[in-house]
Amino acid sequence: MLLENKKGLVFGLANNYSIAWAIAQEARAQGAELGFTYLNEAIEKRMRPLAESLQASLILPCDVASDEQIAQVFQEVERTWGKVDFLVHSIAFAREEDLEGRYVDTSREGFRIALDTSTFSLVALARAAAPLMKDGGSILTLSYYGAEKAVKNYNVMGVAKAALEASVRYLAADLGPEGIRVNAISAGAIKTLSAKGIRGFSEMLGTYAERTPLRRNVEPAEVGRAASFLLSESASGITGETLHVDTGYNILGM
Amino acid sequence: MSSIQEKVTQIVVEQLSVEEDQVTPTASFVEQLGADSLDIVEMVMALETAFEIEIPDEDAEKITNVQEAVDYLEKKLAAA
Repeated sequence: MLLENKKGLVFGLANNYSIAWAIAQEARAQGAELGFTYLNEAIEKRMRPLAESLQASLILPCDVASDEQIAQVFQEVERTWGKVDFLVHSIAFAREEDLEGRYVDTSREGFRIALDTSTFSLVALARAAAPLMKDGGSILTLSYYGAEKAVKNYNVMGVAKAALEASVRYLAADLGPEGIRVNAISAGAIKTLSAKGIRGFSEMLGTYAERTPLRRNVEPAEVGRAASFLLSESASGITGETLHVDTGYNILGM
Repeated sequence: MSSIQEKVTQIVVEQLSVEEDQVTPTASFVEQLGADSLDIVEMVMALETAFEIEIPDEDAEKITNVQEAVDYLEKKLAAA
Protein backbone atom coordinates (compact mmCIF):
# COMPACT_ATOMS: atom_id res chain seq x y z
CA MET A 1 0.00 0.00 0.00
CA LEU A 2 1.28 3.42 -1.02
CA LEU A 3 0.46 5.31 2.18
CA GLU A 4 0.90 2.69 4.89
CA ASN A 5 1.76 4.23 8.30
CA LYS A 6 1.29 7.74 6.90
CA LYS A 7 -0.80 10.31 8.73
CA GLY A 8 -2.49 12.95 6.62
CA LEU A 9 -4.75 15.96 6.98
CA VAL A 10 -7.45 16.71 4.44
CA PHE A 11 -8.82 20.26 4.12
CA GLY A 12 -11.89 20.76 1.95
CA LEU A 13 -14.14 17.73 2.37
CA ALA A 14 -17.71 19.03 1.99
CA ASN A 15 -19.80 16.13 0.75
CA ASN A 16 -19.60 12.93 -1.27
CA TYR A 17 -19.10 14.92 -4.49
CA SER A 18 -15.96 16.62 -3.16
CA ILE A 19 -12.63 15.93 -4.86
CA ALA A 20 -11.30 15.74 -1.30
CA TRP A 21 -13.64 12.80 -0.74
CA ALA A 22 -12.23 10.86 -3.68
CA ILE A 23 -8.69 11.64 -2.50
CA ALA A 24 -9.47 10.66 1.09
CA GLN A 25 -11.09 7.37 0.08
CA GLU A 26 -8.09 6.36 -1.99
CA ALA A 27 -5.60 7.52 0.65
CA ARG A 28 -7.45 5.45 3.25
CA ALA A 29 -7.49 2.45 0.90
CA GLN A 30 -3.73 2.92 0.55
CA GLY A 31 -3.32 2.65 4.32
CA ALA A 32 -3.24 6.29 5.47
CA GLU A 33 -4.62 7.45 8.81
CA LEU A 34 -6.65 10.61 8.19
CA GLY A 35 -7.76 13.83 9.84
CA PHE A 36 -10.26 16.27 8.40
CA THR A 37 -11.33 19.87 8.88
CA TYR A 38 -14.59 21.62 8.16
CA LEU A 39 -15.51 25.26 7.61
CA ASN A 40 -18.76 25.53 9.58
CA GLU A 41 -21.71 23.56 10.95
CA ALA A 42 -23.46 23.33 7.58
CA ILE A 43 -20.39 21.58 6.17
CA GLU A 44 -19.75 19.53 9.30
CA LYS A 45 -23.22 18.02 9.09
CA ARG A 46 -22.35 16.77 5.60
CA MET A 47 -18.76 15.66 6.02
CA ARG A 48 -18.73 14.12 9.50
CA PRO A 49 -20.45 10.84 8.50
CA LEU A 50 -18.04 10.52 5.56
CA ALA A 51 -14.98 11.22 7.70
CA GLU A 52 -16.17 8.75 10.32
CA SER A 53 -16.68 6.09 7.66
CA LEU A 54 -12.92 6.37 6.98
CA GLN A 55 -12.15 6.03 10.72
CA ALA A 56 -10.85 9.61 10.90
CA SER A 57 -8.74 10.26 14.00
CA LEU A 58 -9.35 14.00 13.86
CA ILE A 59 -12.36 16.05 12.76
CA LEU A 60 -11.69 19.71 13.51
CA PRO A 61 -13.21 23.09 12.67
CA CYS A 62 -11.03 25.31 10.52
CA ASP A 63 -11.84 28.48 8.65
CA VAL A 64 -8.63 28.98 6.66
CA ALA A 65 -9.21 32.73 6.75
CA SER A 66 -8.36 32.56 10.47
CA ASP A 67 -4.72 32.18 11.54
CA GLU A 68 -5.94 31.36 15.02
CA GLN A 69 -8.05 28.40 13.84
CA ILE A 70 -5.19 27.11 11.70
CA ALA A 71 -2.91 27.26 14.75
CA GLN A 72 -5.47 25.36 16.81
CA VAL A 73 -5.72 22.61 14.19
CA PHE A 74 -2.00 22.00 14.22
CA GLN A 75 -1.81 22.11 18.03
CA GLU A 76 -4.41 19.37 18.05
CA VAL A 77 -2.52 17.43 15.37
CA GLU A 78 0.65 17.63 17.42
CA ARG A 79 -1.17 16.42 20.54
CA THR A 80 -2.82 13.52 18.72
CA TRP A 81 -0.24 12.41 16.18
CA GLY A 82 2.96 14.21 17.14
CA LYS A 83 3.68 14.67 13.45
CA VAL A 84 2.03 14.75 10.05
CA ASP A 85 3.17 13.15 6.79
CA PHE A 86 0.91 14.74 4.23
CA LEU A 87 -1.59 17.51 3.72
CA VAL A 88 -4.31 17.86 1.09
CA HIS A 89 -5.52 21.39 0.34
CA SER A 90 -8.78 21.24 -1.59
CA ILE A 91 -10.19 24.64 -0.75
CA ALA A 92 -11.30 27.50 -2.95
CA PHE A 93 -13.87 30.24 -2.77
CA ALA A 94 -15.01 33.22 -4.77
CA ARG A 95 -18.17 35.26 -4.46
CA GLU A 96 -20.97 34.20 -6.78
CA GLU A 97 -21.00 37.54 -8.59
CA ASP A 98 -17.32 37.07 -9.42
CA LEU A 99 -17.96 33.73 -11.17
CA GLU A 100 -20.02 35.13 -14.00
CA GLY A 101 -19.85 38.05 -16.38
CA ARG A 102 -16.54 39.78 -16.99
CA TYR A 103 -13.29 39.41 -15.03
CA VAL A 104 -12.60 43.08 -15.62
CA ASP A 105 -15.54 43.87 -13.34
CA THR A 106 -14.10 41.99 -10.34
CA SER A 107 -14.25 44.14 -7.21
CA ARG A 108 -11.22 44.76 -4.99
CA GLU A 109 -12.92 42.93 -2.13
CA GLY A 110 -14.00 40.02 -4.37
CA PHE A 111 -10.42 39.66 -5.58
CA ARG A 112 -9.09 39.76 -2.03
CA ILE A 113 -11.52 37.13 -0.78
CA ALA A 114 -10.84 34.76 -3.68
CA LEU A 115 -7.06 35.00 -3.40
CA ASP A 116 -7.04 34.85 0.39
CA THR A 117 -9.29 31.80 0.66
CA SER A 118 -8.05 29.91 -2.37
CA THR A 119 -4.36 30.79 -2.53
CA PHE A 120 -2.99 32.27 0.68
CA SER A 121 -4.63 29.42 2.60
CA LEU A 122 -2.12 27.01 1.02
CA VAL A 123 0.78 29.18 2.16
CA ALA A 124 -0.64 29.43 5.69
CA LEU A 125 -1.26 25.68 5.94
CA ALA A 126 2.16 24.79 4.53
CA ARG A 127 3.83 27.11 7.03
CA ALA A 128 1.90 25.59 9.91
CA ALA A 129 2.38 21.99 8.79
CA ALA A 130 6.08 22.12 7.94
CA PRO A 131 7.38 21.95 11.56
CA LEU A 132 5.27 18.81 12.08
CA MET A 133 6.54 17.11 8.93
CA LYS A 134 9.43 15.69 10.91
CA ASP A 135 10.18 12.85 8.50
CA GLY A 136 9.65 15.01 5.44
CA GLY A 137 6.26 15.33 3.90
CA SER A 138 4.05 15.88 0.90
CA ILE A 139 1.63 18.73 0.35
CA LEU A 140 -0.94 18.61 -2.43
CA THR A 141 -3.34 21.21 -3.73
CA LEU A 142 -5.99 21.23 -6.45
CA SER A 143 -5.95 23.50 -9.45
CA TYR A 144 -7.74 23.81 -12.75
CA TYR A 145 -6.96 24.72 -16.36
CA GLY A 146 -8.52 28.15 -15.81
CA ALA A 147 -5.17 29.02 -14.19
CA GLU A 148 -3.48 28.76 -17.60
CA LYS A 149 -6.13 29.94 -20.05
CA ALA A 150 -9.12 32.24 -19.86
CA VAL A 151 -12.12 30.01 -19.18
CA LYS A 152 -15.53 31.65 -19.42
CA ASN A 153 -17.00 32.56 -16.01
CA TYR A 154 -14.04 31.10 -14.08
CA ASN A 155 -12.68 34.65 -13.87
CA VAL A 156 -11.09 35.58 -10.54
CA MET A 157 -10.82 31.92 -9.62
CA GLY A 158 -8.54 31.39 -12.61
CA VAL A 159 -6.30 34.15 -11.35
CA ALA A 160 -6.35 32.61 -7.87
CA LYS A 161 -5.42 29.22 -9.33
CA ALA A 162 -2.56 30.77 -11.33
CA ALA A 163 -1.25 32.27 -8.11
CA LEU A 164 -1.80 28.89 -6.45
CA GLU A 165 0.31 27.06 -9.04
CA ALA A 166 3.03 29.70 -8.66
CA SER A 167 2.81 29.27 -4.87
CA VAL A 168 3.34 25.53 -5.32
CA ARG A 169 6.66 26.29 -7.03
CA TYR A 170 7.80 28.81 -4.43
CA LEU A 171 6.73 26.60 -1.52
CA ALA A 172 8.50 23.63 -3.11
CA ALA A 173 11.68 25.70 -3.36
CA ASP A 174 11.39 26.85 0.27
CA LEU A 175 10.47 23.52 1.85
CA GLY A 176 12.48 21.16 -0.33
CA PRO A 177 15.56 21.32 1.92
CA GLU A 178 13.37 19.94 4.75
CA GLY A 179 12.30 17.02 2.59
CA ILE A 180 8.84 18.44 2.03
CA ARG A 181 7.41 18.16 -1.47
CA VAL A 182 4.66 20.46 -2.72
CA ASN A 183 2.61 19.64 -5.83
CA ALA A 184 -0.70 20.40 -7.49
CA ILE A 185 -3.14 18.38 -9.52
CA SER A 186 -4.87 20.31 -12.27
CA ALA A 187 -8.05 18.29 -12.49
CA GLY A 188 -10.45 18.24 -15.41
CA ALA A 189 -13.95 19.54 -14.73
CA ILE A 190 -15.62 17.57 -11.94
CA LYS A 191 -19.08 18.22 -10.67
CA THR A 192 -18.67 19.33 -7.06
CA LEU A 193 -20.62 21.56 -4.72
CA SER A 194 -18.19 24.38 -5.55
CA ALA A 195 -18.17 23.78 -9.30
CA LYS A 196 -21.95 24.12 -9.29
CA GLY A 197 -21.38 27.72 -8.25
CA ILE A 198 -19.81 28.48 -11.63
CA ARG A 199 -22.28 29.75 -14.21
CA GLY A 200 -22.81 27.27 -17.05
CA PHE A 201 -20.81 24.49 -15.40
CA SER A 202 -23.18 21.71 -16.52
CA GLU A 203 -22.78 22.75 -20.16
CA MET A 204 -18.99 22.76 -19.71
CA LEU A 205 -19.05 19.10 -18.69
CA GLY A 206 -20.75 18.19 -21.95
CA THR A 207 -18.27 20.15 -24.06
CA TYR A 208 -15.28 18.55 -22.34
CA ALA A 209 -16.70 15.05 -22.71
CA GLU A 210 -16.94 15.52 -26.48
CA ARG A 211 -13.53 17.09 -26.95
CA THR A 212 -10.90 15.61 -24.61
CA PRO A 213 -8.53 13.03 -26.11
CA LEU A 214 -10.11 10.33 -23.95
CA ARG A 215 -13.62 11.56 -24.99
CA ARG A 216 -14.96 11.68 -21.46
CA ASN A 217 -14.73 13.66 -18.26
CA VAL A 218 -12.26 12.67 -15.59
CA GLU A 219 -13.60 10.56 -12.71
CA PRO A 220 -13.03 11.80 -9.16
CA ALA A 221 -11.46 8.41 -8.35
CA GLU A 222 -8.83 9.04 -11.03
CA VAL A 223 -7.85 12.25 -9.27
CA GLY A 224 -7.82 10.25 -6.03
CA ARG A 225 -5.32 7.74 -7.43
CA ALA A 226 -3.05 10.44 -8.87
CA ALA A 227 -3.21 12.19 -5.50
CA SER A 228 -2.16 9.07 -3.60
CA PHE A 229 0.78 8.73 -5.97
CA LEU A 230 1.93 12.32 -5.40
CA LEU A 231 1.44 11.98 -1.64
CA SER A 232 3.45 8.76 -1.54
CA GLU A 233 7.13 7.85 -1.70
CA SER A 234 6.54 6.72 -5.28
CA ALA A 235 6.67 10.43 -6.18
CA SER A 236 9.75 11.11 -4.04
CA GLY A 237 11.51 12.87 -6.91
CA ILE A 238 8.62 15.14 -7.82
CA THR A 239 8.12 18.59 -6.33
CA GLY A 240 6.83 21.97 -7.49
CA GLU A 241 4.87 20.21 -10.21
CA THR A 242 1.34 20.71 -11.51
CA LEU A 243 0.11 17.38 -12.84
CA HIS A 244 -2.81 17.46 -15.27
CA VAL A 245 -5.39 14.79 -14.54
CA ASP A 246 -7.87 15.96 -17.13
CA THR A 247 -8.33 13.17 -19.71
CA GLY A 248 -5.84 15.16 -21.80
CA TYR A 249 -7.79 18.35 -22.42
CA ASN A 250 -4.84 20.69 -21.81
CA ILE A 251 -2.80 19.32 -24.72
CA LEU A 252 -5.33 20.42 -27.31
CA GLY A 253 -4.75 23.46 -29.48
CA MET A 254 -8.31 23.65 -30.64
CA MET B 1 -48.02 8.78 -8.40
CA SER B 2 -45.69 8.57 -11.42
CA SER B 3 -42.38 6.81 -11.03
CA ILE B 4 -40.61 10.15 -11.66
CA GLN B 5 -42.59 11.69 -8.84
CA GLU B 6 -41.74 8.81 -6.52
CA LYS B 7 -38.06 9.09 -7.32
CA VAL B 8 -38.04 12.88 -6.88
CA THR B 9 -39.94 12.61 -3.59
CA GLN B 10 -37.46 10.03 -2.34
CA ILE B 11 -34.51 12.29 -3.22
CA VAL B 12 -36.13 15.24 -1.45
CA VAL B 13 -36.80 13.12 1.65
CA GLU B 14 -33.19 11.98 1.77
CA GLN B 15 -31.50 15.27 0.92
CA LEU B 16 -33.60 17.46 3.20
CA SER B 17 -34.02 14.86 5.97
CA VAL B 18 -37.80 15.39 6.07
CA GLU B 19 -40.73 12.99 6.43
CA GLU B 20 -42.32 11.71 3.23
CA ASP B 21 -45.79 13.06 4.14
CA GLN B 22 -44.35 16.60 4.35
CA VAL B 23 -43.17 16.37 0.76
CA THR B 24 -46.40 17.28 -1.03
CA PRO B 25 -46.18 18.23 -4.71
CA THR B 26 -46.39 21.95 -3.97
CA ALA B 27 -44.42 22.13 -0.70
CA SER B 28 -41.69 24.73 -1.27
CA PHE B 29 -38.19 23.32 -0.68
CA VAL B 30 -36.95 26.47 1.00
CA GLU B 31 -39.96 27.97 2.83
CA GLN B 32 -41.78 24.80 3.84
CA LEU B 33 -39.11 22.09 3.89
CA GLY B 34 -36.31 24.22 5.35
CA ALA B 35 -33.72 23.73 2.61
CA ASP B 36 -30.66 25.99 2.67
CA SER B 37 -28.67 26.94 -0.41
CA LEU B 38 -26.30 23.96 -0.09
CA ASP B 39 -29.28 21.60 0.23
CA ILE B 40 -30.71 22.96 -3.02
CA VAL B 41 -27.44 22.47 -4.91
CA GLU B 42 -27.04 18.95 -3.51
CA MET B 43 -30.63 18.11 -4.44
CA VAL B 44 -30.07 19.25 -8.02
CA MET B 45 -26.89 17.14 -8.14
CA ALA B 46 -28.81 14.14 -6.80
CA LEU B 47 -31.52 14.64 -9.45
CA GLU B 48 -28.87 14.89 -12.17
CA THR B 49 -27.27 11.66 -11.00
CA ALA B 50 -30.54 9.79 -10.57
CA PHE B 51 -31.95 10.78 -13.97
CA GLU B 52 -28.58 10.88 -15.78
CA ILE B 53 -29.08 14.43 -17.07
CA GLU B 54 -27.52 17.85 -16.61
CA ILE B 55 -29.76 20.61 -15.29
CA PRO B 56 -28.50 24.06 -16.34
CA ASP B 57 -28.49 26.76 -13.64
CA GLU B 58 -31.26 28.76 -15.32
CA ASP B 59 -33.53 25.70 -15.19
CA ALA B 60 -32.51 24.69 -11.67
CA GLU B 61 -33.48 28.12 -10.34
CA LYS B 62 -37.06 27.58 -11.50
CA ILE B 63 -37.47 24.31 -9.61
CA THR B 64 -38.84 25.19 -6.18
CA ASN B 65 -41.06 22.19 -5.36
CA VAL B 66 -41.63 18.55 -6.31
CA GLN B 67 -44.30 19.36 -8.92
CA GLU B 68 -41.97 21.74 -10.76
CA ALA B 69 -39.18 19.16 -10.64
CA VAL B 70 -41.46 16.45 -12.03
CA ASP B 71 -42.79 18.71 -14.80
CA TYR B 72 -39.26 19.69 -15.75
CA LEU B 73 -37.94 16.13 -15.71
CA GLU B 74 -40.86 14.79 -17.77
CA LYS B 75 -40.21 17.39 -20.45
CA LYS B 76 -36.45 16.94 -20.33
CA LEU B 77 -36.57 13.13 -20.45
CA ALA B 78 -39.13 13.16 -23.28
CA ALA B 79 -36.81 15.40 -25.30
CA ALA B 80 -33.77 13.18 -24.68
